Amino acid sequence: MTDPQGRSRDVGPPLTPPVPPATSTPVQGLAEVAFRRPVGAYVELGLHAPDIARAAEPGQFVAFAVGGPTSATLLRRSIAIAGVDAGRVHVVVSAKGVGSTWLAAQQLGAEVDVVGPLGRPFPMPPPGTPALLVGGGYGAAALVGLAARLRAAGHDVAAVSGAASADRLCSVDELGGLSAPFVVTTDDGSAGRRGWVTQAVGELIRGAGVVYACGPMGMLRAVSDQAVAAGIPGYVAVEESMACGIGVCMTCVLPVIGADGRTRFARSCVEGPVFGGDRVRFADVGTLPADVVGADAMGVLPA
Amino acid sequence: MSIEPAPPAGELAAPSVDMQASIGGVPVVSPVLTASGCSAFGAELDPFFDLTSIGAVVTKSVQLRPRSGRATPRMAETPSGMLNSIGLQGPGIDGLLAEELPWLARRGARALVSIAGTRVEHFAELATRLRGVPGVLGLEVNISCPNVESRGEVFACDPVAAADVVAAVREVADPAQPVYAKLSPDVTDIVSVAAACADAGATGLSMINTLLGLVIDPDTMRPVLGGVTGGLSGPAIRPVALRCVWQVHQALPDVPILGMGGIRSGLDALQFVLAGAGAVSVGTAVFNDPSAPARIHAELAQALGERGFGRLTDAIGYAHRRPDQPAGRLSRGPQ
Repeated sequence: MTDPQGRSRDVGPPLTPPVPPATSTPVQGLAEVAFRRPVGAYVELGLHAPDIARAAEPGQFVAFAVGGPTSATLLRRSIAIAGVDAGRVHVVVSAKGVGSTWLAAQQLGAEVDVVGPLGRPFPMPPPGTPALLVGGGYGAAALVGLAARLRAAGHDVAAVSGAASADRLCSVDELGGLSAPFVVTTDDGSAGRRGWVTQAVGELIRGAGVVYACGPMGMLRAVSDQAVAAGIPGYVAVEESMACGIGVCMTCVLPVIGADGRTRFARSCVEGPVFGGDRVRFADVGTLPADVVGADAMGVLPA
Repeated sequence: MSIEPAPPAGELAAPSVDMQASIGGVPVVSPVLTASGCSAFGAELDPFFDLTSIGAVVTKSVQLRPRSGRATPRMAETPSGMLNSIGLQGPGIDGLLAEELPWLARRGARALVSIAGTRVEHFAELATRLRGVPGVLGLEVNISCPNVESRGEVFACDPVAAADVVAAVREVADPAQPVYAKLSPDVTDIVSVAAACADAGATGLSMINTLLGLVIDPDTMRPVLGGVTGGLSGPAIRPVALRCVWQVHQALPDVPILGMGGIRSGLDALQFVLAGAGAVSVGTAVFNDPSAPARIHAELAQALGERGFGRLTDAIGYAHRRPDQPAGRLSRGPQ
């Protein structure tokens, strides 16, 4: 009952060790919008938050309160840190719902309530390991800081950045300047190669010793499978819907295989957002698999 | 003529209000607590405020066995609130006793442990396991659970079933630990459930739990939540919660009430105190502002001072009193 089921059984134990927590603790405060520029379909904001900028590590995120102190939209919006610069924390906002639309509309000088840095950062690979970074849409922004850190530590860095169309690409200049080879793909061919990132990943993964990915769940699953097939560790930064971002609401859980081989519903915010891709049971997301720890206690009444 | 006197100018700057409160007779340094299910087991909030400065951490409901919780999606945002369907994910009582409660005790924080079950004897066993545990201030009995022996009807919706649970818990619980029954607003007459719980030995009453709600995604045209329905919380439910506290305090003025439901500011908390709550829990507001419990404590102290109260306890139930009845510093009467 407690043995791991599904893919992990088919391919052996995970290639990734569990990702350790960050060494810093999060802080909360009002941050002034000190930088703002449109990037294709997105808006990049730079928040003056020196405490967060100092502590932030690649892969971590910040959580914004939206709509001001009397807002009827209560839940925080969690967004990956796209980089830090001169005491500023940068994020790329994709305006979709009411919260992200409000955030993307904030102008220079506006103050927003921000909590961070949150979540577990990307673990660094052993010295000399060549890395492949894969970004989907605005998820590419979360890889810029990682690329810089890997380069600074002497790693070879290759990268793929893909999106549905040219205006949905992100951080192309930054990633392009930090990686070689660097491949851009779009579904519609409006920029770079026509097609999905997985095709480029298939070509570049042979030269890699570790893969890092951030983007939509479908892409993370596909890239994670490619890393497993190549026999190398792959880490993914997931984007799950979160209410709090700090680990108290229990809404952002995913079925994740732990160090003991057992699957638990793990909180994406404090136990992620970076997970070993081969520890996330992507096929079971949105279900309650019978072998998840505590699933046996969920049946209240006999069927 | 209004009974509200203009506060003397000198007291505006630093109102000094005695904020000591009581949870069923146990003194606590603040009337502000966290709310069950909205603060996990406290540790995650430690970076944002001093856990020892609030009345207690009210834990996520614990059951006998570890629980996975429900499949996602577990949350839907709603106007001034949210719907949740977590399914009481948690470590079970063994995990709580081994990890979370010792951590809170080391930290010097006090825990009001929320217990849940699907049979009366589950609740009693949990209360037994929690006897004498360091740092445990008391028990909050989450009776908004389906009762296996009553085809899944929620204990809190039946005064008899609710009383059965409370009586069983009170019988075996540590006598030093007050027992609060957490009431559901989804009933025809909350006063009758409250009275049944009080008669069965509840030291106090926590109110309210979430209201059952539903959100349908207009794109998929299906319910958003994996569990279909979910519990509505947040400021949207505050007037309902306040009404429940008012009605129960009016009927049972001697029964301590821990008030909760959409409290986001000190003035919100003040309304609950005025309606009859001796202490309050801050729940969904923590998702918006993780330092909310400490902020609300300060705002409530300020608000009480501005209204001429020297002690929190003088304000409890104040809204029920006739305008000519003395209260707190106002005992000097309107001049």
